[in-house]
Amino acid sequence: MTELLEPRAIGRDTVRRDGEAKVRGTATYAIETPVEHPAYAHPVQATVARGRITAIDTSAAEALDGVLVVLTHENAERLASTDDREFAVLQGDEVAFRGQLVGVVVAETSELARQAADAVRVTYAEQPHDSELRVDHPDLYAPEQVNAGHPTDTAEGDVAAAVATAAVTVEETYSTAMYFNNPLEPHATTALWDPATDVPLTLWDSTQGVHPARAAVCEVFGLEEERVRVVCPFVGGGFGSKGTPHANLMLVTMAARALPGRPVKLALTRQQMFALSAYRTPTIQKIQLAADRTGRLQALALDVVEQTSRIKEFAEQTAAPARMMYASPNRRTTHRLAALDVPVPSWMRAPGECPGMFGPEVAMDELAERLGVDPVELRIRNEPEVDPETGKPWSSRNLVHCLREGAERFGWAERPPAGHREGAWLVGTGVASSVYPTMRQAKSTATIRFEDGRYVAEIGAADLGTGAWTVLPQITADALDVDLDDVEVRIGDTRYPVASVAGGSSGTNTWGSALVVAATEFRSKFGGSPADGDEVSGDVDQASKDEDHSAYAFGAQFAEVRVNVATGELRVPRLYGVFGAGRIVNPRTARSQLIGGMTMGLSMALHENGVWDPRIGQAATHDLAEYHVTVNADVGDIQAHWLDEHDPYVNAMGSKGIGEIGITGTAAAVVNAVHRATGVRVRDLPVTLDKVLAALP
Amino acid sequence: MKPFAFARPADVAEAVRTVAAEPDAVFLGGGTNLVDLLKLGVARPDRVVDVRRLTSREITDTADGGLRIGAAVTNSELAADRRVRERYPVLAQALLAGATGQLRNLATVGGNPLQRTRCVYFTDVSTPCNKREPGTGCSAVGGYTRYHAVLGVDAALPDASAPKTCIATHPSDMAVALAVLDAQVQVLGPGGARTMPFGELHRLPGDDPTRDTVLEHGELITAVDLPPLPAGARSAYRKVRDRASYAFALVSVAAVVADGEVRLALGGVAHKPWRATRAEEVLAGGPVTEHAVRHAMDVELTAAQPQPGIDGGNGFKIPLVTRTVVATVRDLTSEVPA
Ligand SMILES: Cc1cc2nc3c(=O)[nH]c(=O)nc-3n(C[C@H](O)[C@H](O)[C@H](O)COP(=O)(O)OP(=O)(O)OC[C@H]3O[C@@H](n4cnc5c(N)ncnc54)[C@H](O)[C@@H]3O)c2cc1C
Ligand code: SF4
Repeated sequence: MTELLEPRAIGRDTVRRDGEAKVRGTATYAIETPVEHPAYAHPVQATVARGRITAIDTSAAEALDGVLVVLTHENAERLASTDDREFAVLQGDEVAFRGQLVGVVVAETSELARQAADAVRVTYAEQPHDSELRVDHPDLYAPEQVNAGHPTDTAEGDVAAAVATAAVTVEETYSTAMYFNNPLEPHATTALWDPATDVPLTLWDSTQGVHPARAAVCEVFGLEEERVRVVCPFVGGGFGSKGTPHANLMLVTMAARALPGRPVKLALTRQQMFALSAYRTPTIQKIQLAADRTGRLQALALDVVEQTSRIKEFAEQTAAPARMMYASPNRRTTHRLAALDVPVPSWMRAPGECPGMFGPEVAMDELAERLGVDPVELRIRNEPEVDPETGKPWSSRNLVHCLREGAERFGWAERPPAGHREGAWLVGTGVASSVYPTMRQAKSTATIRFEDGRYVAEIGAADLGTGAWTVLPQITADALDVDLDDVEVRIGDTRYPVASVAGGSSGTNTWGSALVVAATEFRSKFGGSPADGDEVSGDVDQASKDEDHSAYAFGAQFAEVRVNVATGELRVPRLYGVFGAGRIVNPRTARSQLIGGMTMGLSMALHENGVWDPRIGQAATHDLAEYHVTVNADVGDIQAHWLDEHDPYVNAMGSKGIGEIGITGTAAAVVNAVHRATGVRVRDLPVTLDKVLAALP
Repeated sequence: MKPFAFARPADVAEAVRTVAAEPDAVFLGGGTNLVDLLKLGVARPDRVVDVRRLTSREITDTADGGLRIGAAVTNSELAADRRVRERYPVLAQALLAGATGQLRNLATVGGNPLQRTRCVYFTDVSTPCNKREPGTGCSAVGGYTRYHAVLGVDAALPDASAPKTCIATHPSDMAVALAVLDAQVQVLGPGGARTMPFGELHRLPGDDPTRDTVLEHGELITAVDLPPLPAGARSAYRKVRDRASYAFALVSVAAVVADGEVRLALGGVAHKPWRATRAEEVLAGGPVTEHAVRHAMDVELTAAQPQPGIDGGNGFKIPLVTRTVVATVRDLTSEVPA
């Protein structure tokens, strides 16, 4: 048990500390970093999905006035480490996916760099490629483990036997599409290599972690960490795609090293992002549910098929939530991957939980329907007393409470019957559960110094737009027992102590814990009246850690869907979420995280669809006019509520993390509502009007 | 992206002369389509001639009771014009269903009908495309066809390797409304001025998919004329799309209903705004019942060819467009006139 901080600043609706600069347009993003006399880089990308480069002619590009350097595998520096093949840019003639980096041009202007990049002539010996995920792909394999260190497979009891004898079963296959993170701000960097100085390499990069980015660059280029600085005060969104660096960072670093003393800027175009900046694998989810007449699950199995790239494995932990969500004596989960000639998949908001709360939560709705049990009630009946996966008690689990409060707020009991029609619209309602693990990273250090009558905390964290600039001072103020105005927290620079990535909804938990350790240490060392310059540091690994409980945030989402009887157009006028996510540090920033997650879940339900063209090996929908994300007009009455949840096991703030849970379960709630409106069960996302048309009157 | 010269001539005559004199010169309207295509390397002109300040930015009443719309009028201004909203609701609705406020503030009446297709292969210079590079083949056949044509595609099932195949659609909403309104286009070319029915402006890909319209090089749209609608006529535009705003049409319908007359134009189904003349003929003079409209659409769509492809193809457009027409005409015939 941890003694929770007395909340004074915590829990208060304080304005964003970075808000004014952003609204005024004075916040500098990576590409806008004011530097002297910058040069501009533009990548050259492969136009075949697999093969070898047989010739590369840069003469036309080099002949253009103002072109400073053209790098290809023929003249680029050899990297110190090519272990990570995503980062091994321009190291050989092999092409492993369409859109791969095969060169870069640096020029005096961005327009010129683009023109010169177009003028680079690359000849390929093309090889047959395979970029299409199929459920029966002959090369499916079991990875050693899946993302976040989860086991690949789990098994308990005998699913087949339980299915054979159960009163009611659901055996269906579900699929989610390929999703591209598409933050508003593209992946962008200003890089300066100045060998004459002590810290020769400076990277102003748009990243979810300045320290992890530095570590990766140091490894790839064989540099010592002291010789590299990564700076990132502001990020225009990342959704996981800036959690780990991608090849663009290595490319711009290489370009800068080829032009010592000259800052080089590289921002990917929207189209380039579809091949270079991460995406979520499509998933195929084979599900078996078996239940007795009362709806108690007897068996639950989820066999996942998904893809990774041939050059780097990323195994999305799609089956992870099925292992702990509901009680069932017999259960099985598996992950199988096909390594294809495709870009490298990676983190996207709630990897694992986001796709993994689609299939099972739709299957639960199908089960409820076959049983004639209310889907809210069905979930309540399958509430596990302890974590079914580990056998540990929950640190706190308020799924039932969320379902009940959500049902109340939504008016679930009075919901219209299936197939209800109002004018030109069929109306349906649906529910699904949400979940996200409560995580804390192992490494993060904070310092606190008393400076000119104020407390200055420094930690090399990054705010990807979520609110770290705002909530970390709240935590620090309470931990020091001082006014919020007396605290300044500095982040976004490797000059500050090491901090973990802003990912896994763990930022506030991790950095906050380090700040609390430092604050406690500060007070015990210097008491209530410190002298100017007094300073301590604290590490997250000194914070008390609970190993005896399973810690997750839970939630319930309720959707109302309207389907036009003539055209099948789908609208979601209401989407309500209720979450039990520990103590909410700042309701303003939390609400925008939760609503943002739910909107992204709505987007997954109805709009986002990375249509893969397997003939050429690339996404056919590769800009924001064709790859649709939900727009404002698609969002109606969207509400995020939370319980006043007290969890004494997670950390000193009592916080669980709220960045990702909002996207989990949403798509299932929408699909379930579409079914109630139309009778059509859409098992393959997204739900588009053509999938319901045939069932309309 | 390729460097180009930029010209801002003194008047329309000089603009036409400038473009006509160079094979790779183009006019620039609001730039909302052309600038994107420049960046993507799809449009590669040597000279860009800005005409936005040269053509008229006025909407004037014509002697016959219609309107003349200058080519530089923005989509926003046109949609907001009281006369347009009252007399030609189909046009105001079509404009407001297109793009976004910011884009409509820039987009011009001259540029809108001449925007290029949104075919994803057309806008990606790394893939074959007969419209962009004649003879390279059509990547859309058997590819991503959700936004592609079902009407007016070659009589035989198109074949990707055929050098002239193109199954793209024309993306403009405004153009579908202008087609149903029997608008006239005022054109100034190197050989002088001419007027043509809007319905004849766009063409099917035929033997030259590079050409979207019948305009000759150097011909400038200076205005669009709207004839008056018959007394008591009612009109509407219905656009069906994948999200509530900021998406191109899967299908759209522009309809005018007047005494003894139903006019229909369809968007999202063909290489040009598709005037459903066969359906109109079937309906002419008869009662406009739901059954009759459905039958008329069946006749219109007898030659329709669904395009198979990845992600399910586009066969759904055939029932969808009929359903949309039926619903739109029903709304127009059942509502009490204001
Ligand atoms: C993201 C996005 C979404 C969009 N969504 C929609 C939509 O839903 N519906 C829709 O209808 N449109 C949509 N549009 C397209 C938009 O309506 C067009 O880009 C716009 O109408 C073009 O007008 P413009 O004046 O900007 O043309 P420009 O881009 O300036 O020019 C377009 C073409 O017309 C030529 N041209 C321009 N003026 C003249 C003239 N007077 N005479 C002869 N030739 C001329 C140019 O040379 C060029 O070839 C969208 C655009 C974008 C970028
Ligand atoms: S449909 Fe037309 S525009 Fe699209 S790829 Fe084929 S030829 Fe090109």
